[in-house]
Parts: sequence; structure tokens; C-alpha cells
Amino acid sequence: MKIAVCIKQVVGREWQLRLSDDKTWIRDQDASFELNEPDAYALEAALRLKEQHGGEVVVCSAGPSRVVQALREALARGADRAIHVEDGALASADAFVVAGALAAALRDEHFDLVLTGLQSDDQGFGQVGVVLAERLGLAHSTITMDVAVEDGGLRVKRELEGGWFQWIRLPLPALLTIQSGINQLRYATLKGIMAAKKKEIRSVAAPADLAARQRIVSLYFPEKSKQTRMIAGAPDEAAKELVRVLREEARVF
Amino acid sequence: MVLVIAEQRDGKLNRASWEPIIAAQGLGGPVKVALLGQGLEAAAAELAAAKVDEVVRVEHASLEAYTADGFVQALAAFIAAEAPAHVFFTHTYQTRDFAPALAARLDRALITDVVAAKPHGDGLAFTRPMFQAKVVADVVAEGPAPHLVSFQIGAFKVDALVRGDTAAPVRAVDAAVDPAAIRQRPEAPFQEAKQAVDLSQAERIVSVGRGIKAPEHLEMAKELAAALQAELAASRPICDAGWLPMDRQIGSSGQTVAPKLYLALGISGAIQHVVGMKGSRTIVAINKDPEAPIFEIADYGITGDLFEVVPAIITALKA
Ligand SMILES: Cc1cc2nc3c(=O)[nH]c(=O)nc-3n(C[C@H](O)[C@H](O)[C@H](O)COP(=O)(O)OP(=O)(O)OC[C@H]3O[C@@H](n4cnc5c(N)ncnc54)[C@H](O)[C@@H]3O)c2cc1C
Ligand SMILES: Nc1ncnc2c1ncn2[C@@H]1O[C@H](COP(=O)(O)O)[C@@H](O)[C@H]1O
Repeated sequence: MKIAVCIKQVVGREWQLRLSDDKTWIRDQDASFELNEPDAYALEAALRLKEQHGGEVVVCSAGPSRVVQALREALARGADRAIHVEDGALASADAFVVAGALAAALRDEHFDLVLTGLQSDDQGFGQVGVVLAERLGLAHSTITMDVAVEDGGLRVKRELEGGWFQWIRLPLPALLTIQSGINQLRYATLKGIMAAKKKEIRSVAAPADLAARQRIVSLYFPEKSKQTRMIAGAPDEAAKELVRVLREEARVF
Repeated sequence: MVLVIAEQRDGKLNRASWEPIIAAQGLGGPVKVALLGQGLEAAAAELAAAKVDEVVRVEHASLEAYTADGFVQALAAFIAAEAPAHVFFTHTYQTRDFAPALAARLDRALITDVVAAKPHGDGLAFTRPMFQAKVVADVVAEGPAPHLVSFQIGAFKVDALVRGDTAAPVRAVDAAVDPAAIRQRPEAPFQEAKQAVDLSQAERIVSVGRGIKAPEHLEMAKELAAALQAELAASRPICDAGWLPMDRQIGSSGQTVAPKLYLALGISGAIQHVVGMKGSRTIVAINKDPEAPIFEIADYGITGDLFEVVPAIITALKA
């Protein structure tokens, strides 16, 4: 099975966010970056399918030159080769532009299966995978918690709200968006890291004519609406005060 | 005109469908509500209680079970016929599954996870969280109408719904669906084997998030839970990592709880977590980041390192 996995590099969770001067994006020059969490699970799902059914796993990321680092990490975990859609503007582009760029990079390779994460931790559109499916003409299913290959097609477990699930059959080729927790992740071994150095990372340009369908006019920190009583002081003082208010005011025990 | 797409399963209306109707009513123009499926009389009649211009049942035998392909086809045709300025959805898992494909097929904007609509120039800007709710963005749609917008569950209070003096007219249309073009074959929804713990009955819950860092630190949280006679619960990443079983997960894909006390340790307060616990009577958050969104909904908060604060609480409880 020839599988593509779309991975996004996002700012690290622990990084203290700062806004750009025009307040339409973040100032991420000094940010740390990491692999978008569900994308790591998507990569793992692809590696497991390859182990069972053979084939090839190709990772693809659209963004500035820094995303090569995420691609290298994926290669170290076991992906066979990488495609980098290189364009600085793609870091803050909307879902249609990103999906268009990914579609152009993947289309001619005719993958049997394309995996993406269900949502990015930065923009959080929850769109790129499904829009990409439509652009590539693939059947799709989302929020996937299990993938089985059956009778030349797929049987996938889709997460519904509140602890419900549903199995869905799909023909191949298909695109799935993967939910965190679908499997247990593997990490790169030293051998994997060494092997990754010899693997191909092909750089391609994004098509010039992609039209955005949404635009950020301003970005700001949320206003506090609820009156939260913040308990200050050294840990032991704060703890004592918390226990007191829980007993005497909130009466929770 | 705003067209609201309501959601149902087995003829039963999803309560969250009232919320985009409220959003649409707030804009002051005409509002139509559409419901897709088969056998929708009862759910449509329920929707008709809202002050809207019309409720439309978009029906077809092959829409009885939800599929992305079925819904995209039916809605692409229906939206083209109705020509609304906006199409509003609730940002449910179902909407997540088909709305981006619909937007792509129509080549129209889709703005997701929206919490508010506000005037901007001649049109509207939509407010949505970004970067895990650490910041908020005002976003405008680009390109021609209709613009598709999905609203975060809980963005509007259901009691803000304006009801009509009389029931709104209900119309039925045959959906334009080619069953042969539906590629997904869904099976019946199911729940995983009965859950071992029913956290919905717990009076007190100590809940741990990624701030706990490593599974061996769960001992400390367990000790606190024991001192409070509380159940232990967690955010999704803790269960994903296998540190606690899935049935201890709180949130949109886990359990919904409303204890007397919910003590969140190292949980950022993502919306998918918050929907599962915001009904708790007293919420306490301990987080080292003073800007963590969890403090938005907490009654009491301590900004600090949980590895210092939790042992201190255990000591204070035992004193
Ligand atoms: C469709 C969908 C469904 C989902 N369903 C669920 C669900 O059911 N339940 C759920 O929980 N999530 C769910 N999620 C995931 C959700 O979006 C968040 O990613 C998740 O809730 C984050 O978990 P967290 O708060 O533990 O981790 P993080 O967001 O990483 O937060 C960790 C927090 O710990 C704090 N911290 C770190 N170190 C310390 C320390 N030493 N002392 C004190 N504080 C510290 C940090 O400041 C941070 O605020 C879902 C996501 C999607 C897209
Ligand atoms: N720039 C990108 N490069 C590669 N994949 C991406 C990119 N942006 C989004 N994706 C994929 O699309 C998924 C959903 O992203 P989003 O629509 O931004 O929430 C992510 O989990 C990734 O798998």
C-alpha cells in the first residue's frame, strides 16, 4: 500500500505565545516547534499498515524551511521519503490554500491512502484533511480510531461524541483523518536517525494561484469573563487557604 | 438569509442544534432551518417552535444513515437552490466530517469552531479560538457567498432561543442524492463495553492533565484523591498515552461529569475537555501558566507548580 501522511509542524505547547506587531499572526521567530500531536498518531498508523501490508510511507509537509526538521523526525521514525512543499506563507495560510498546496504535491503520485491528523494545534481548522480528500477525489472518513484493510477496501472505526463509535467501510483510494490515541507511538531510534540522513526529502513549490477563503483580521488574548478567585502565596500557604475555602465557603467536603 | 443546518440521529434532534439558530436570530434577517435524513416529521415540528421563517425537511432514503458523501451531495444541491448568504452549523463531529468537503465542493469559505459573530465593515467577522484557545481570532470570509460557519457547542445558551407565536411553516423536499455515489458504508453506532467506573456519580473528582508529565507522578494525584475521597480522572492525552484507562477520560469523547468538586491538575482547559466538566459545582484549577484557559471557568485557582502545590494540599488536608 502506498501511503501519504500529511504532517504539520506547530509551535511547542510550552512556548509563551506572543503576537506579531500587526496582531494578525504570532511572533514565532524564537518559538520552539514540534510535530502536531494527531499527525504523530497518523504517521504511526501508516507505519503499522506498511508493516502489515507492505508498501511505502511518504510524509508531506507544507511550510517554511523549518518544517524539514519535522520531516526528518518522521523519516527517523520509519517513513521512507518526504515531500516538502516549501513556502514561507504556508505557515499562516488558510485551510483551502494549504489543502490546495498539498493536493498539487500529492496528486500525481496516486496514493492508495492519505492520512492526516484530525486537527492542527495552531490554526485548529479541522479542515485540511477533508478538503484535501475532496480536491483529490478520495473517499474520506474522519476522527479515526482504528483502521483495518478488508476485501481490498478499508473498515475504519470512527469516534462519535460521548464514548460512541461506528465502523465504516470505504473503498480505496481513501483519506482518513486520525484521532490522537489510535495507537501507541514509537520514537526514533539512533539507527532510525542515522538511516534518515540518507532518505530523500524532495522540495516542491506551491501553485501560485491558490485563493484563500478566510482571513484573520485581528488576534488577541481572551478576556477573562468569570470571576476566578486566585489564591496567591507560597505553596503551603496557598494550599492551606484552598483547603479552608473548600471546607468553609464551597463546602465540598 | 441564514440557512441553519440542524442535526438529528434516529429522528431525535441534537440539542446543540438550537445554538446556530440563536446565532442566526441574533443577526436580525430571515432564518431558515434545514434537517437532513428520513422520517423527520417530529424533529422538524420541534424545530418549528423557534421563531424562524421556515423549516425544511431534506429527505431521501439514502440519508437515513449519515454519510459524508450523501450529505455533501444533498446539501450542495439544496444550498445552490436556496442561495443563502450564510450557512450555519454546530461544530459537532458530524459537521467536522462533511462540512469541509461541502465547502470545498462549493468552493466557498468555511469558518469553524466559532464562538461569536460580530459586525465588521459591511459584513461579519467571526470569533474563533486558535492555538489551543490561548488566543482568539476575528476572521472574515473571503470570496463569494454563501459563507459556511460552524459554531462551537456551548457558544450560545439554549434559553436565549426566541420562540415564535405560532409554529413556523414546515416544507419537505426530496434531496438530490445519487446513492451510487455514496462511498462510505456505515454500520450502526455502538458504545465500547460497559464502563468500569461511572464518574458521573462521583461527588469529588481529581483530574490530571499533561502537566503531570510522567505516569509515576500519578501516585501523587491518587494520594490527593484518597485524601479528598475523590475519584481520579484525566484529560485525553493521559488516557491516549495509556497512563489511565479510557473510562477515566473527561470531555467530548469521554465522560460528562458534574461533581461538587472538580480539581484540575495541569489541565490547560481545551474546549473538548471543558464540555465534559463545566457543569461541576466548584472548579479548582492548579496550573503553572496564569494564562491557561482553565482559569476562565475555575472558581478557585492557584498559579503554581503542581509538584509543589499538590503535596502541600495533601499535608493541609491531613492537618
Ligand atoms: C475531536 C476532539 C475530541 C477531543 N476529546 C477530548 C476529550 O474528550 N477530553 C479531553 O481532555 N481532551 C479531548 N481532546 C483534546 C483537547 O483538545 C486537548 O488537546 C486536551 O484536553 C489537552 O489536555 P491537557 O490539558 O492535559 O494538556 P495540555 O493542553 O498540554 O495542558 C497541560 C497543562 O499543564 C500545565 N502544566 C505543565 N506543567 C505543570 C506543572 N508542573 N504544574 C502545573 N501545571 C503544569 C500547562 O501550563 C498546561 O496548561 C479532543 C480533541 C479533539 C480535536
Ligand atoms: N501545512 C501543513 N502541512 C502538512 N499537513 C498539514 C498542514 N496543515 C494541516 N495539515 C494536516 O491537516 C490536518 C488538519 O489540520 P487543520 O485543518 O489545520 O486543523 C493536520 O493534522 C495535518 O495532518
